[in-house]
Amino acid sequence: MSTGTIPTPPKKLNRIGLEVLQYKGGKTTLCAGCGHNSISERIVECFYELGVEPYKVAKFSGIGCSSKSPAYFLGQSHGFNSVHGRMPAIATGAVLANRTLLGLGVTGDGDTASIGLGQFMHLVRRNLPMIYIIEDNGVYGLTKGQFSATADVGSKLKTGAPNDLPPFDCCALALKWGATFVARSFSGDKRQLQSILKAAISHNGLSVIDVVSPCVTFNDHEGSTKSYGYMKEHEAVLHELDYVPFFAEIAVEIPEGEAMDVQLHDGSHLRIRKLDRDYDPTNRLAALSAIEDAEHKGEVLTGVLFVNTSKPTFVDLLNMDEAPLATMPESKTRPSKAVLDTVMEELR
Amino acid sequence: MSTLEVSPSEPASGQPDHSVVNDFSIQVATVNGSGSQTANSVLMRALFQMGIPVSGKNMFPSNIAGLPTWFTIRASKHGYIGRRKEIDFLVAMNPETAREDVMKLDSGAAVVYDEPLKLNELRSDLHFYPVPFDKLVGPVCPEAKLRKLVRNMIYDGVVAQLLSIEMGEIRNALVKQFGKKKAKAADLNMGAAQAGFDFAAKTFTKTDPFSVQRMNATAGKIIIDGNSACALGAMFAGVTVVTWYPITPSSSLVETLIGYMRRFRHDPETGKASYAIVQAEDELASIGMAIGAGWGGARSMTATAGPGISLMSEFIGLGYYAEVPTVVFDVERVGPSTGLPTRTQQGDLLTTALLSHGDTRHPMFFPCSPEECFSLSIEAFNFAEQFQTPVFVMTDLDLGMNNWMADPFAYPETPIKRGKVLDADDLEKLGGFARYKDVDGDGVGYRTLPGTNHPAASYFTRGSGHNDKAQYTEREDDYVHNMDRLAHKFDVMRKHVPAPVAHLGKGAKIGFVACGTSDYAVRESCDQLRNEYDIEASYLRLKAYPFNEDLLEFVRQHERVYVVDQNRDAQLLALMRLEFPAELIAKLRSLRYYGGLPLDARTVTDEVIRQEGK
Repeated sequence: MSTGTIPTPPKKLNRIGLEVLQYKGGKTTLCAGCGHNSISERIVECFYELGVEPYKVAKFSGIGCSSKSPAYFLGQSHGFNSVHGRMPAIATGAVLANRTLLGLGVTGDGDTASIGLGQFMHLVRRNLPMIYIIEDNGVYGLTKGQFSATADVGSKLKTGAPNDLPPFDCCALALKWGATFVARSFSGDKRQLQSILKAAISHNGLSVIDVVSPCVTFNDHEGSTKSYGYMKEHEAVLHELDYVPFFAEIAVEIPEGEAMDVQLHDGSHLRIRKLDRDYDPTNRLAALSAIEDAEHKGEVLTGVLFVNTSKPTFVDLLNMDEAPLATMPESKTRPSKAVLDTVMEELR
Repeated sequence: MSTLEVSPSEPASGQPDHSVVNDFSIQVATVNGSGSQTANSVLMRALFQMGIPVSGKNMFPSNIAGLPTWFTIRASKHGYIGRRKEIDFLVAMNPETAREDVMKLDSGAAVVYDEPLKLNELRSDLHFYPVPFDKLVGPVCPEAKLRKLVRNMIYDGVVAQLLSIEMGEIRNALVKQFGKKKAKAADLNMGAAQAGFDFAAKTFTKTDPFSVQRMNATAGKIIIDGNSACALGAMFAGVTVVTWYPITPSSSLVETLIGYMRRFRHDPETGKASYAIVQAEDELASIGMAIGAGWGGARSMTATAGPGISLMSEFIGLGYYAEVPTVVFDVERVGPSTGLPTRTQQGDLLTTALLSHGDTRHPMFFPCSPEECFSLSIEAFNFAEQFQTPVFVMTDLDLGMNNWMADPFAYPETPIKRGKVLDADDLEKLGGFARYKDVDGDGVGYRTLPGTNHPAASYFTRGSGHNDKAQYTEREDDYVHNMDRLAHKFDVMRKHVPAPVAHLGKGAKIGFVACGTSDYAVRESCDQLRNEYDIEASYLRLKAYPFNEDLLEFVRQHERVYVVDQNRDAQLLALMRLEFPAELIAKLRSLRYYGGLPLDARTVTDEVIRQEGK
């Protein structure tokens, strides 16, 4: 598609010959400094660097500030900004219609953890192959600053009003009910978020990524537990992540025991280097327990919490043809007259 | 009907004083979960196989076992297959309702009943046939566990003997019911039917006037319920993504579809499916998936009933505004709220036409028969893609769940129509496109499918304000332009929806307008009005909404038009009122029935006569 004459001075192109501009979207309308904008930037970088064909990506979102953001990246990918909390249904339908699409869902804590909780859980349960990013700021931005269901107990609104109810931890929910790639990150941690996003792109199955993404307007004050300041002090990084794409030569063999290597669906590798603790991201119970421990200690645990590369996806379970249903010819979708005759005969 | 003087202790003997052949209704009153469905289907099918026009209506409770259920079979040499109010021949098997069932009968009706119920003591103007079911079932069914189920087949034999239904056809119907694999079950049931037949032949002297005689009016026909017919329609329409959530009375539509798709929509070589069927977590999800799939390029559908329609409201607004094709089958039941889940109504017409907040309008198709469930379903999928909008196929419990005689379905003559979809080559030639631009003047823009390999293919779909290029906008002129285009698109649909069917009465001053299953009662009522009151009536049956010019013309041609609604609030009439000029609204009369049973002709006729002041 981009085989035209190469302009001078030569622009930087990725492995499929596209420039980064072709991964960008419209100008953001979110507040300056919003964590969501950083996430949009990471998405642009990761898809560009991995050389994913934009036309193969479909973007999905619900309603809220986060859900507006798919208009601000991957402008050459189809996008669907749907209704509140029900992006999973739209994404499920679209991915079934065309199984070759790489689904990229962007949602918020208001969208996912309240009206969307049911659909989120069923998406998790189905292990639909797609990426599901929760831009988590603990607050409703678009309606000007009410608590969401991921706000921590005791955290305070800008008005000083405290939150009395416990939060839903979307990673814990995803872990418990069947997601095959579960990670938490921070919009301010560029490197970690990149590695996680790239691994999610390479993963075949549902990737749930909860990204703490501060709302600079309504939830970045003293007393907030989703602020830049709070994250600086309380983020507990699980491990160091290195993503090695399938098309890169692996230059250095890592000595046994120094890092854990997870081979992903497309042949890429995720190398997980130990920091100050032993952590096995293939152990679901350990992941749940680590989240629980961190919560008690007042830490926000970030990193790849869990990965399972062998569980069949929803698309696998449906035994569908390899070709997209969307463009299947009539010869495959309308049975012959002989079939109708057979059925009619049975009903006589 | 003549009143017979029959003493309760001594049934009238000898031949009845007149005979009623192939023109009466049989009602079987049982308890649900007792296996009466087999006995009832067999009875209906035996009549069908004898060439007699027949219909069966199951009135069942929202319950799994133990509550009263009634099955009514109507045999009509005239071919009337709507419900008949009057019961001529009752089989009273349910002790709980037997008394009321008997008291409701018209004089001269016949009653087969379970002997211990002593129903003959209730009235002296009926023909009673007591049968000791428990005594008869023992010898034919040694296995005590099965007796409850087999017991009901005995009444098939008794009824067959009393009405001259051929036992050979009872056997054929049983074989059909059980299939070759369950020959043993068929034999067991046949034994029970034979025991009933022999008992009746030995014991009873027939005193009632009802009987059947072989005809040739069902040759080549099939028996099928509307839900199965819709399912077949969907399969032959080339549906690829089916999402659903179980709800009475629509569940069997998708369950039947699953069965057919498993048989006929897998690649014979690879075994892979050319479809995906998903049981969703609720109707919010099922419609969301259907819309997501429609957007993604699948031919998608969901099936539901009133409560599901309410839940789908928000997503349907998105489907309308973002212009995404999908097909929603609404098998209507009695509302509001949970209502009467196992009774029939046309109660969702108004809600569905205008479903969701803001200014929205949705096309609805109204099949009245299994043939139309099939053909209009196919058309609905084409229509949804041609007009890029959700389309509703409105049936009801009566059509969906009851068995109907039908002509074999005609294989679709025209190829699948996918509407205006641009592929990469088109985009290369055009150099780009604007998703919502009205290029052709019909209000329908061109769309692209996700996954189209061209840098100009993508667009951003949203339920928020958008311009021709699908870009976000809050501008007054953009909004009004877009909404006016959608209104224009809806107007264009009028010329493309399935046209109504008109029967013009000679010199008729009055006319009927109806849709769906009201058809059977209205057609029969037209005959009643002519034969009994010397009134000619015309009749226009709507097959779709939005209405077209044919409807307006029909109303212009008549002095008074009775709009038949199976709901309390005259919803079909209300839709006409929304767009009719005042002088035509003045001609409309409302004729409503909303008790939950299929509409019958007598109710229609009586109401017309009342309103006509005759």
